[in-house]
Amino acid sequence: MSDAVIRTVGLTRDYPMGGEVVRALRGVDLEIPRNEFVAIMGPSGSGKSTLMNLIGCLDTPTSGQYWLAGTEVSRMSDDELARVRNQQIGFVFQTFNLLPRASSLHNVELPLIYAGLRAKERRARAEHSLDAVGLADRMEHKPAELSGGQRQRVAIARALVTEPSIILADEPTGNLDSTTSEEIMRVFEDLHRTSGQTIVMVTHEADIAKHAERVVTLHDGRISSDHLKAA
Amino acid sequence: MPIWEAVTLAFGMIRAQKLKSFFSLIGAFIGVMFLIAVVSIVKGMDKYVQEDFAAKIFGINTFTVNRRPGVQFGDVSDATRRAWRRRPQLYEDDFLAIRAAMPSEYLVAIESSNQVEGVVGTMRSQYIQVSGVSEDLFKIRDYRVAEGRLFTTQEVTHGQPVVVIGKDVADSFFTAVDPIGKTIRLAGFPFTIIGVIEKQGSVFGISLDRFAIAPYSSEIKKVVNPHKVVDGIIVKSPSAAQMKDAMDRVEGIMRSRHHLRPEDDDDFHLDTQEDVLSFWAKISSVLYTALPLLVGVSLVVGGIVIMNIMLMAVAERTREIGIRKSLGARRRDILAQFLVESATLSTTGALAGILAGLLLARLVKAISPLPMGVSPMSIVIGIALGVGVGVIAGVYPASRAARLDPVAALRYE
Repeated sequence: MSDAVIRTVGLTRDYPMGGEVVRALRGVDLEIPRNEFVAIMGPSGSGKSTLMNLIGCLDTPTSGQYWLAGTEVSRMSDDELARVRNQQIGFVFQTFNLLPRASSLHNVELPLIYAGLRAKERRARAEHSLDAVGLADRMEHKPAELSGGQRQRVAIARALVTEPSIILADEPTGNLDSTTSEEIMRVFEDLHRTSGQTIVMVTHEADIAKHAERVVTLHDGRISSDHLKAA
Repeated sequence: MPIWEAVTLAFGMIRAQKLKSFFSLIGAFIGVMFLIAVVSIVKGMDKYVQEDFAAKIFGINTFTVNRRPGVQFGDVSDATRRAWRRRPQLYEDDFLAIRAAMPSEYLVAIESSNQVEGVVGTMRSQYIQVSGVSEDLFKIRDYRVAEGRLFTTQEVTHGQPVVVIGKDVADSFFTAVDPIGKTIRLAGFPFTIIGVIEKQGSVFGISLDRFAIAPYSSEIKKVVNPHKVVDGIIVKSPSAAQMKDAMDRVEGIMRSRHHLRPEDDDDFHLDTQEDVLSFWAKISSVLYTALPLLVGVSLVVGGIVIMNIMLMAVAERTREIGIRKSLGARRRDILAQFLVESATLSTTGALAGILAGLLLARLVKAISPLPMGVSPMSIVIGIALGVGVGVIAGVYPASRAARLDPVAALRYE
């Protein structure tokens, strides 16, 4: 258990909608060890986005427990969760979610600003991170001046810059063509192979999920299958 | 987030959205501009009234014995006016008695005036102020001659028909010739011009140089007042400290001459420049009361504009807020970001308002005789108001931004 980065027990999440209650998650028990590359799959409405929000500490469960890197986070306050997000989690979104008016460098620096780092150290680490995703020559570019693949790489650099426990990628190739998608997946694979980065990736594409070592499938708010790929 | 990051961010936003920022600045701008300009102008008028106006009209350390108050403000009832009319006149003998009783370091003079037409040769003038005075008036008023000389005690004693004229009177009659030695007819009586007084300037646009002064004992006495009656007796004390004492003495002399009993009120009035100054103090206190109202209204309007712009900004940047939260921004980081942005907007407006207010005060100084009295305090208050309005107007939008749910904010299109 000590090497499990993520451990959930009986995680549920209900949303009141109109007069009814939508039960998006109905009890998820999931354990993800350190250094694993996991894909979470499932049709729309299966609860995979809800699970991702919970794992990413953007939301809190209705019931159940969640330990992230050994600490229970399911009962934390907003500001404590913000700290956890800042230090433990690196998000990569389908729509990149970069600040449009800021340069690549500033976008990557952003999590470090909230971590309270000094400008000089922020800059050094952001430059290093952009260099790691092959964008050393695009530091001063704004998102609009970059291609989709480059934007997603800026987002990956931003996710990596705090050296988080997990990278949480939500449909990271959803807005990219197939060639670029492969390119981005190679970045993830390299990360995983060279530095043993734990990656949790939500996707509905089997082609993309096959890059992961393990595929967890959700259905109606429950885990319906959990396969480890043969090494 | 350190405050400096937030300020840099705020300036970035202002630059990115120039027009919108301009509108959000304008409220704070106008409010602070009013504040600075009005305070500067009122302070300037203050200085003017105290240093120029009161001194020119009354003279420093000087008071005048009058039948009734020379400066009146507020409503004076008809009963009071009738009472004033029943008061005894002041006579030349009162002047002589006061002059005889006062120590020699006090200057005592009389002045009786009227508006009459002046004639030189075939030229007629507009009405000029003619006065019958005693010789010490020149010292009290600090009148000095530009040409010729002042009249002497002997000329006053003998009632010589000599006259000293103001610069405007000299200029209007004698463009090319020397006025000294020429004859001027005042209300028909001929007088020989012996001196021209240095230019005195003007007060609130009214010239102080349209006058002619003759010995009170000359024919001028038939022009200005009934026989032996004088308008006012003017006393100048050598220092401010001796003013009170001088006024007490003169009051005592006048009371005994008028046979007043201890329980009777004075039936004469001692005018000092304090009367003018307290009158002015009333006017300026009205201005200073109205000012916060004026400034307050524009700042409230400015604050509402800023609040609306900030609410719009929060709505437009919901996704940005979601991104920042996903990267670890706490509520207070988001709160600080928007508060600083709002305060930066209004402070920028306030700084521009201070500049504009100073320019406005300079403009008033350039086109009017009023000096400019910039108050450092008003600048400090201006900046404080700018920051304050921004922070207050920013609280609601910023707390809305801070409370946004990160999941909903990230999904926001």
